[in-house]
Amino acid sequence: MDNTHPQHVPTRSTYATGLVLAVILTAIPFAIVAFGLLPRLPALIAIAVAAIIQVSVHLRYFLHLDFKHTPHENLAALFFAGFLIFIMVIGSIWIMFDLHDRMM
Amino acid sequence: MNAGHSTASEGGASLPIDGRDEKAFGFWVYLMSDAIIFALLFATYIVLVENTAGGPGGKELFSLSRVFTETMLLLASSATFGMATVAMVSGDRSGVVRWLLVTFILGAAFVAMELNEFAGMIAAGAGPDRSGFLSAFFVLVGTHGLHVSAGLIGIVFMCVQVVTKGLTVPVASRLYRLGLFWHFLDIVWIAIFSVVYLPGVLDG
Repeated sequence: MDNTHPQHVPTRSTYATGLVLAVILTAIPFAIVAFGLLPRLPALIAIAVAAIIQVSVHLRYFLHLDFKHTPHENLAALFFAGFLIFIMVIGSIWIMFDLHDRMM
Repeated sequence: MNAGHSTASEGGASLPIDGRDEKAFGFWVYLMSDAIIFALLFATYIVLVENTAGGPGGKELFSLSRVFTETMLLLASSATFGMATVAMVSGDRSGVVRWLLVTFILGAAFVAMELNEFAGMIAAGAGPDRSGFLSAFFVLVGTHGLHVSAGLIGIVFMCVQVVTKGLTVPVASRLYRLGLFWHFLDIVWIAIFSVVYLPGVLDG
C-alpha cells in the first residue's frame, strides 16, 4: 500500500521531471502552430489537450498534489473551484454566443 | 516506507511542505478564488476576441517566438523555485537564496519581455482603447503580469528574511506559500498561451 511516494517530499528529480514534461508539452502545441502541422479545428483540440495534460503535470510535480497525501480539504477546494469555473466560463460563452447568433 | 520523509525534513525545521498547516490551506483557498478571477477574465476574452473593431487582431500582433521565450522563462523559474524549496527542506540557507535569486532574474526577464510587448503594441496604435479584443487582452495578460510582479516583490522579501532570520518555521512556511503562488502563476500562463496566443496566431 504505502510504497515509495517521492512526490510527498519534493526532490530535485521531481522538479526536473516536471520541467522536462512541461517543456515537451509546450513545444508540441507551439510546433503545431508555428509549422502549420494541423488544420484549424484539430490544432485547437491538440492545443487544449496539451494544455490540460500540462496543467496536471504542474499540479503533480510542482504543486505536489496527489490523492494520497494532499489534505482532503485542499482537493475539495480545487474541485469546487473547477466546478465554479466550468459553470461560469461555459455559461458565459454559451449565453454570449447564443445572443450573438440571435442578433445576427 | 515513510523513513525517507522524516530524514528529509530533519535537515531544516519541521516544514509544512505538504500543505497540512492551516495557513497553507487558507492560502490555497485564496489561490482557488484567484483562479476563478482569471477564469472569468478568460471568458471575457473569448467573448470579445472577434470584436477587433476594424483594428489589428492576434495574427498581426502576436509573436510566437516571443511567447515561446516567455513561456520557457516562466517554466524555468518554476523549476528554480522548486530547487529553492528542495534547498529549504535540506536546511541549505545559501542554496535557498541562490535559487531564489535565479528565480527572480527569470521572472524579471519575463516581466520585461511582457512590458516590451505591451509598449510595442501601444506604440503601434494597438493599445487597450483600440477595440474590445484589445481591452480584454490587456486586462487578462496584464493581470497575470501584475501577479508575477507581486511574486517578484515576494521573492525579494523572502530572500531578506532567509538571510536575516534563517530558515525558521514561519519563514519556511511563508516560502512554501510563495512557492504555491509562483507555481500557480505558471499554470495560468499555460492557459494564456493556449487560449490567447496560439489560437490567435493559428491560420484561419
